[in-house]
Amino acid sequence: MATTKSPPRKPASPPSPETVPGGTPARVTQRSLARRFATRPEVGSLVGAVAVFALFFTVAVPFREFDSLSTVLYASSTIGIMAVGVSLLMIGGEFDLSAGVGVITSALAGGMFAYELSLNIWVAAALALGVSLLIGFLNGYLVVKTKLPSFLITLSMFLMLQGLNLAITRWVTGSVASPTISDMDGYASAQKVFSSTFTIGGVNVQITVLWWILFVALATWVLLRTKVGNWIYAAGGNADSARAVGVPVNYTKIGLFMTVAFMAWFVGMHNLFRFSTVQSGEGVGNELIYIAAAVIGGCALMGGWGTAIGAAIGALILGMAQQGVVYAGWNPDLFMFFIGATLLVAVVLNMWVRLRAQRR
Amino acid sequence: MSDSTKPILELTDVGKSFGNIHALRDVSLSVRAGEVTCILGDNGAGKSTMIKIISGLYQHDTGSYHVCGEPMNCSSPRDALDCGIATVYQDLALVPLLPVWRNFFLGSELTIGPWPFRRLDVAAMRRIADDELQKMGIKVPDIDQPVDTLSGGQRQVVAIARAIHFGAKVLILDEPTAALGVKQSGVVLKYISAAREAGLGVIFITHNPHHAYLVGDHFVILRQGTLDLSSPRAELTLDDLTHHMAGGAELDALKHELKRIDAPDVGAVHEKHEQEIGS
Ligand SMILES: Nc1ncnc2c1ncn2[C@@H]1O[C@H](COP(=O)(O)OP(=O)(O)O)[C@@H](O)[C@H]1O
Ligand SMILES: [Mg+2]
Repeated sequence: MATTKSPPRKPASPPSPETVPGGTPARVTQRSLARRFATRPEVGSLVGAVAVFALFFTVAVPFREFDSLSTVLYASSTIGIMAVGVSLLMIGGEFDLSAGVGVITSALAGGMFAYELSLNIWVAAALALGVSLLIGFLNGYLVVKTKLPSFLITLSMFLMLQGLNLAITRWVTGSVASPTISDMDGYASAQKVFSSTFTIGGVNVQITVLWWILFVALATWVLLRTKVGNWIYAAGGNADSARAVGVPVNYTKIGLFMTVAFMAWFVGMHNLFRFSTVQSGEGVGNELIYIAAAVIGGCALMGGWGTAIGAAIGALILGMAQQGVVYAGWNPDLFMFFIGATLLVAVVLNMWVRLRAQRR
Repeated sequence: MSDSTKPILELTDVGKSFGNIHALRDVSLSVRAGEVTCILGDNGAGKSTMIKIISGLYQHDTGSYHVCGEPMNCSSPRDALDCGIATVYQDLALVPLLPVWRNFFLGSELTIGPWPFRRLDVAAMRRIADDELQKMGIKVPDIDQPVDTLSGGQRQVVAIARAIHFGAKVLILDEPTAALGVKQSGVVLKYISAAREAGLGVIFITHNPHHAYLVGDHFVILRQGTLDLSSPRAELTLDDLTHHMAGGAELDALKHELKRIDAPDVGAVHEKHEQEIGS
């Protein structure tokens, strides 16, 4: 590392690299402030969000209504809550391809525990949380123990869960969906927490939007203002270095996988209490949407760089795209094309931003 | 030098194998406070393996390892750090994209507040990191800049300043000058002797005898995992050291071969060669 970064050898005379070039210290500070802003991980995605908003605002008349904004925010929030976990994990240097089906696993578990064991909904939700955290722990434990790329471990987990979701649901219920649980004890209060709406200025807003904001704020605080946040950046930036100065890299990574699992549980519960039943084949492909949100938001694929706010902006872009394509009357299939194109622009832009950040 | 004092760190007949490779065999080493112990050797001689044992990354297979007279059972770098053994690795154990102050306190962060609200004491960490670096003579334009944007010598000094700040008794430097130019190497050598003056025991790993001789009090040469030489400065000249390093007879052969290069600018070739050793 040091070898590649060492500056080219200069003739021994001027100027000494150890001293700040004299003259205009004020200008140096100003420039560094401007650069500091321009090289924030979120800045590129913020520009992107404005561009995407402007695009749909122009081409789609219904997009301009306040109600649409609430729909967009709702779509963004379900992507965004997962993107919080996925982006933290990515900053920590790992992936979770099982996140998409993990949401459904948790929802199915909650639904089936409640119905089959006639449990209070909250007890079932707690058991589902246990299932999710166990999956997250397994992902993390296997990654740190085998030292295999998390791509492979979580790909295996993804396929296994996909199979189990279908098989266990059919085995337990005899159908492809979890049983309807809307008349069970605790359903109403659980629905309040996970899937209710409230009104601001005549517009209905899903409660997931509030949870999303809360989780993003919490993740941002953890990343920037706590020890653990420092460890997450270090674990993703250079795990060996972090380990050498005493950072518990393995615990950090396992914790991150479990954070993704927690978010999967949360979104799973939202799905369950919104529709009171869950289709066992859903969720496939969503893991890539979450990863796309994190990357569009400026998280580095290889870890060590990114923010939770960036991932939130990424989720917002995808939410706008998802609804905007509909409002514009385009073929909904174009949503995927749109995500792909956005991702492509984002990765190129982010690479450029990061290169600038590394330059003095 | 304080030859009479007891060594703070002592390896006796230490061995370590990886499968059937004997990376180290029967190596002994004493490190004293206020002394710079230089460990020299070619690539693959076992230098890195030795310091990884000292710093708790590896366990030794045979022999004994004592710190301050106590048998040392470091099972992790954290344990070694707690015993006052700080290592500046070849890759510096810095995280490139993290700001300077976050790197400085990585793994030993300062916090304030009760548990659920416990948070980094950002102001204190930024101030201390800046102070410590200034003490070492580095002025970082912006303590928030990624450590990647510092020069190689500055990065070394950040790592050294960090070790000293966290109360290291023994400072291990793995080839700190390997990637640096002449001027930057000088900066690092200055801080090595500063650390010695501060009373630390310094283990300086290098394959450059010139750098070693500038600061060293005791010299150890490893060859293929065994001890080739262990000698105090008083019993050794730079020429001896260079000669030993290059393997005596092998050096003579090399000299002979170099003489046969009949190009008009033999001097330049020679200088370039030396620089390459230096890098
Ligand atoms: N983790 C390891 N696994 C297997 N062999 C190793 C390992 N570390 C070092 N070695 C071997 O031990 C020998 C000494 O290596 P090292 O201590 O890195 O030498 P140096 O730092 O002096 O260049 C080399 O032959 C190297 O291949
Ligand atoms: Mg080495």
